[in-house]
Amino acid sequence: MKIVVCVKQVPDTAEVKLDREKNTLIRDGVPSIINPYDRHAIEAALSIKEQAGGGTVTAISMGPPQAEAALREAIELGVDEGVLLTDRAFAGSDTLATSRALAAMISIISPDVIFCGKQAIDGDTAQVGPEVAEFLGIPHVAYVRKIVTVSDGAIRVERLMDDGYDVVDTSLPVLFTAVKELNTPRLPSLRGKMAAKKAVIKKITAADLSIPEGELGLSGSPTQVNRVFTPEARGGRKALSGSLEEQVSALAGELRAMSCA
Amino acid sequence: MFIKVNPEKCVGCEACLSACPYDAITMEGGVAVIGELCQACRACLTVCPEGAIVESGKAEATVDAGASGIMVFAEQRHGCLAGVAIELLGAARKIAGQIASRRGATCSVSAVLLGGGRDAADELICFGADRVYHATGPELDAFHDEACAEMLARAIDAAKPEIVLAGATAIGRSFLPRVAARLRTGLTADCTSLEMDENGVNLLQVRPAWGGNIMASILTPSRRPQMATVRPKVMKPIERVEGRQGEIINLPSDGLVVRAKVVEFIKEVTMNVNIAESDVIVAGGRGVGQKGFEMLFELAGLLGGAVGASRAAVDEGWISYGHQVGQTGKTVCPKLYIACGISGAVQHLVGMQSSDVIVAINKNPDAPIFNVATYGIVGDVAEVVPMLIRKLKESA
Ligand SMILES: Cc1cc2nc3c(=O)[nH]c(=O)nc-3n(C[C@H](O)[C@H](O)[C@H](O)COP(=O)(O)OP(=O)(O)OC[C@H]3O[C@@H](n4cnc5c(N)ncnc54)[C@H](O)[C@@H]3O)c2cc1C
Ligand SMILES: Nc1ncnc2c1ncn2[C@@H]1O[C@H](COP(=O)(O)O)[C@@H](O)[C@H]1O
Repeated sequence: MKIVVCVKQVPDTAEVKLDREKNTLIRDGVPSIINPYDRHAIEAALSIKEQAGGGTVTAISMGPPQAEAALREAIELGVDEGVLLTDRAFAGSDTLATSRALAAMISIISPDVIFCGKQAIDGDTAQVGPEVAEFLGIPHVAYVRKIVTVSDGAIRVERLMDDGYDVVDTSLPVLFTAVKELNTPRLPSLRGKMAAKKAVIKKITAADLSIPEGELGLSGSPTQVNRVFTPEARGGRKALSGSLEEQVSALAGELRAMSCA
Repeated sequence: MFIKVNPEKCVGCEACLSACPYDAITMEGGVAVIGELCQACRACLTVCPEGAIVESGKAEATVDAGASGIMVFAEQRHGCLAGVAIELLGAARKIAGQIASRRGATCSVSAVLLGGGRDAADELICFGADRVYHATGPELDAFHDEACAEMLARAIDAAKPEIVLAGATAIGRSFLPRVAARLRTGLTADCTSLEMDENGVNLLQVRPAWGGNIMASILTPSRRPQMATVRPKVMKPIERVEGRQGEIINLPSDGLVVRAKVVEFIKEVTMNVNIAESDVIVAGGRGVGQKGFEMLFELAGLLGGAVGASRAAVDEGWISYGHQVGQTGKTVCPKLYIACGISGAVQHLVGMQSSDVIVAINKNPDAPIFNVATYGIVGDVAEVVPMLIRKLKESA
């Protein structure tokens, strides 16, 4: 079984805070991490390989040279090899341009199964997985919460929906996006750490993918960020005064007046 | 590089350094330099007091002049129209009005209904659709990404809309990206506000980014249709008009290919709490504690509401994920939201701050939840909530 897992390096948004006075993000010292959902994707890829009794897992990432660290971390966890798509021509890519580049790389590898995270925590779009599948012309199943069975040429999974879950049978090749419920990511092994130290991360440029320049990076991105701003503070505050008991009484009165009670 | 610093104008104030979410800016010889980590997010542009940061190399606009009208994907599940379908028709009518007044162009609203019955199609007309493209077929009874993507692409091909909207639900967020990729156009995920620009040409698609820390306004200037998924419960539906006139067009559903096939659907009872539909929500966070949730259920019962929760409470296992409000949970917009022992992290706020009235109960007077509260009580939930329950019972 040949498996590809897409891994994005993201700033840890949980650590990002807002400076309300200056209207800027406080990002000092915010570490770069593997996108948390992609850890579940890595774990799923490794466990499918184990279930299938062999094969290779390739982690691919598109990003600046620093993103190599995320791929090395994936190798520590047991991934066989890492491929980094890195080129100035990729800068400013939106989900369409990112998916186009990732799909071009994946079609060279030609895997049976591709795993992505459900979404990346910096953009939160959840679009790259399904868009890659469309570029490759293969089916996808999003929000996979369980891999039920893996057999020759077919996989059964459970897909999380808003009102429950679907059991889905799919042919291969296929792309899955992973939610947190899917598994508990393993920790790096000693062997993995040794392998990661020695591993050579393959670097791929735009030229290697033979995609016309106008279809990559900012010029290949139909969406453009027009403006970023901080969410507006909400007005209309009403005061409650007196002792705690009096405040609660007043509140009960207000709630009653709203005829909710 | 597409964002540049004009070294003549840069005074070395370093304001852009902390504004850059990607750590892409460094200081070299007292002047800011933008490195290759730059994602062209433009955060630095807005903070530079000198206007020293400029962008270059923007894509040229080649807007398809033939595209017009707004198309809404009217999600249905097991025969029931999703609430967001009706909300999107309301949003589409508002946008159509803006196009009409700012650009002087007539703009119609169409809906695409895949599966479901004629009655659902009629309902869409009552709620603002001028035209409904309706398709039925065995592949459309359950949710199949490939079938839905193909059908929506066929409807877009037939109507050539300039804007396509869908709910940011599990379904919409799963298959809309396929349609956007097929049409090689842009898709903006999970929008919370939509508005035409002043010329009535481009749709300003606003969405939270960075875990809700900032809002981004996104444009699709050079491709049509402009596509967006929109969060449920943020757009307002228009009044239902019985007998409103509209056209229903059958969309042929022959030749659909489904390689990932739904064999069974299992409804989860716990996910059916449906806080998104409730007028009153009593929500609890880490400050409530496991036992405390019992009194929240009692308070919610008295007010005829449902119980919500912060992610911290869900992570603790005190209540199931179906109750979670916020960035990674549900967006709610009730008439009354009572936040108990919730600090008010941005990721929580984005899911509830458009509630009509917000009550915050928290023992820390500096908790950010008080910034969005209509009524705030500084105190221990273990004391305040039982007191409130008592007062409400007394007055009943
Ligand atoms: C990518 C991402 C997505 C996220 N998505 C969500 C989301 O969808 N929803 C969400 O809620 N969070 C989300 N979070 C988490 C969010 O950042 C906060 O960690 C979370 O909302 C905090 O929950 P809390 O307010 O219950 O807990 P805390 O922040 O621990 O706050 C507890 C509060 O209770 C008060 N308190 C304690 N004891 C008492 C008492 N006895 N009486 C009164 N008050 C008391 C404290 O003063 C404090 O303000 C997300 C985070 C990330 C990074
Ligand atoms: N630059 C990237 N490199 C590798 N994988 C990516 C990249 N961007 C997105 N992905 C994959 O696509 C998923 C969804 O990302 P997004 O659509 O950005 O929310 C992520 O969890 C990754 O698996």
